[in-house]
Amino acid sequence: MTTPVLQATGLVKRYGKVTALAGADLELMPGEILAVIGDNGAGKSSLIKALSGAVVPDEGTIFVDGSEVSFSTPLDARKAGIETVHQSLAVSPSLDIAANLFLGRERRRPGVLGSVFRMLDRAGMREEARRQLDALGIMTIQNPGQAVETLSGGQRQAVAVARAAAFGSRVVIMDEPTAALGVRESRAVLDLILQVRDRGLPVILISHNMPHVFEVADRIHIQRLGRRKAVVDPKSVTMSDAVAIMTGAMEPPEAA
Amino acid sequence: MTTTATRPPAPLPEQRDRSVLTRLQHLLHAQATIGPAVVLLVAVIVFALLSSRFLTPGNISLILQQVAVVGTLAVGQTIVILTAGIDLSCGAIMVLTSIVMAKVAAETGLPGLPALLLGFLVGTLCGLLNGLLVTRLKLPPFIVTLGTLNVFFALNLWYSGSATIRGTDMPSLLLWTGQTLNIGGTRITYGSIMLVVLVALTAFVLKNTAWGRHVYATGDDAEASRLSGIRTARVLLSVYAVAGLVYALAAWTLIGRIASASPQAGQLDNLDSITAVVIGGTSLFGGRGAIVGSLLGALIVGVFRNGLALAGVDVLWQTMAVGVLIIVAVSLDQWIRKVKP
Repeated sequence: MTTPVLQATGLVKRYGKVTALAGADLELMPGEILAVIGDNGAGKSSLIKALSGAVVPDEGTIFVDGSEVSFSTPLDARKAGIETVHQSLAVSPSLDIAANLFLGRERRRPGVLGSVFRMLDRAGMREEARRQLDALGIMTIQNPGQAVETLSGGQRQAVAVARAAAFGSRVVIMDEPTAALGVRESRAVLDLILQVRDRGLPVILISHNMPHVFEVADRIHIQRLGRRKAVVDPKSVTMSDAVAIMTGAMEPPEAA
Repeated sequence: MTTTATRPPAPLPEQRDRSVLTRLQHLLHAQATIGPAVVLLVAVIVFALLSSRFLTPGNISLILQQVAVVGTLAVGQTIVILTAGIDLSCGAIMVLTSIVMAKVAAETGLPGLPALLLGFLVGTLCGLLNGLLVTRLKLPPFIVTLGTLNVFFALNLWYSGSATIRGTDMPSLLLWTGQTLNIGGTRITYGSIMLVVLVALTAFVLKNTAWGRHVYATGDDAEASRLSGIRTARVLLSVYAVAGLVYALAAWTLIGRIASASPQAGQLDNLDSITAVVIGGTSLFGGRGAIVGSLLGALIVGVFRNGLALAGVDVLWQTMAVGVLIIVAVSLDQWIRKVKP
């Protein structure tokens, strides 16, 4: 049996009296798109935050490629090769596209200019940004020196996805990437997700949009009341059944 | 699994027709310092036409001297405001620092250089205290610096015993910023030259280092920056500490300017520095603006005050002009921020 790229067992997260995660498990296999669905308050966000280092779980363990890890900041998760596209996108609107792509991991100029004068390699980073955007077929962005706030919602999403795809060496997590987008822009982002997977990076996709989930997911993780209720195959389960399991109206077909 | 050899590229953006106003908005959005630069240029031309004395070397020298102290404070203030903060304590840090430098040197006979370095240390520590209160106690910068403004000012009165220290009692290094260099008939103080160097250096650091980018990003959206892996608390702490050090430089310039160290000097300089930053096009909401703009902002205020005075306009109208400038600058900033894709 192959080792999951990313695995979580028994995650617990409490906020005061509210239990967001009540022993949640998750397994992400190599090269797959795993969709995570669940009703509001099912613990999707807390699960993703724990996996991306944005919150520290109270209990439970996370494994990357079979070895135990502990993330106390988003930087730790990034160092382990896990990149996250947050629902808020986590981009800095006033900075340009290239600066956003390299935010928090800027490259310095070679030689004395970089080591002593700490000068950034602006041209190099722009070129690399251009390459990354081209590689994902994001043709709408002409100039990596453009400020992110001058971009449309879909283009901003594309920048955030490109950042994750460029630096994620093991896993890319996407939280509601199509929630704020129109039909055409959603289409482009779904294509991006498939492309990231086709590059060999497994993807965790959190979404409320059932047609999107059923279109791109290889497996669907159904989260309910802070736990994993079931993992289903989108080819053998209908959308309405998945929703029924999600809301508790139906028991999953077999123990997952 | 599907393979993807040919996926259609995402759609191209439509070309929009842009009105002149929209284009101006985009231009100012991309180049925030154009606005203050144009205002300064127009003001200089108008005042030169109004008074033949305006563009004389002596008068230019005077304006630069008047601007040097507030301009230096504005450099520190700009970095703080870029993080969406504000520093009301800058004037108090400056005065406290100037008193420490001068009094220690005058009373203990400490030579100029160590006295100066001691002042830099005090300024940095004051800034660090602001930073710790902002990042550890998570208090709003306005409240933190309103508090420390009073604390530092009280310390200043206590340590100085409310007495001015005369320039003649100090080592000459502390007064060096008031010395002048003759450039083409205009006598420029070393304090003014130091300001220009400081502006160039800070602008370079903000533009060309990762730290500079993190300052902008933290002010733009702190949570997004944190999720991007920026240690925002560390960035904020360093910003307030660096600002404190810059205020200590302002203290040095202040001593040279008034040829003494007075516990009552520069009382309103905190507000003047904010005025310079805002008129210079830096946004009070953070993440947007430039150091050069603040220098222009300080010059604009200096030129307006001086030009109106030379034209024989009452001081109350000078104050009103500055007030109008502030409101115009902030309205312009709000408009620029609404730029659409």
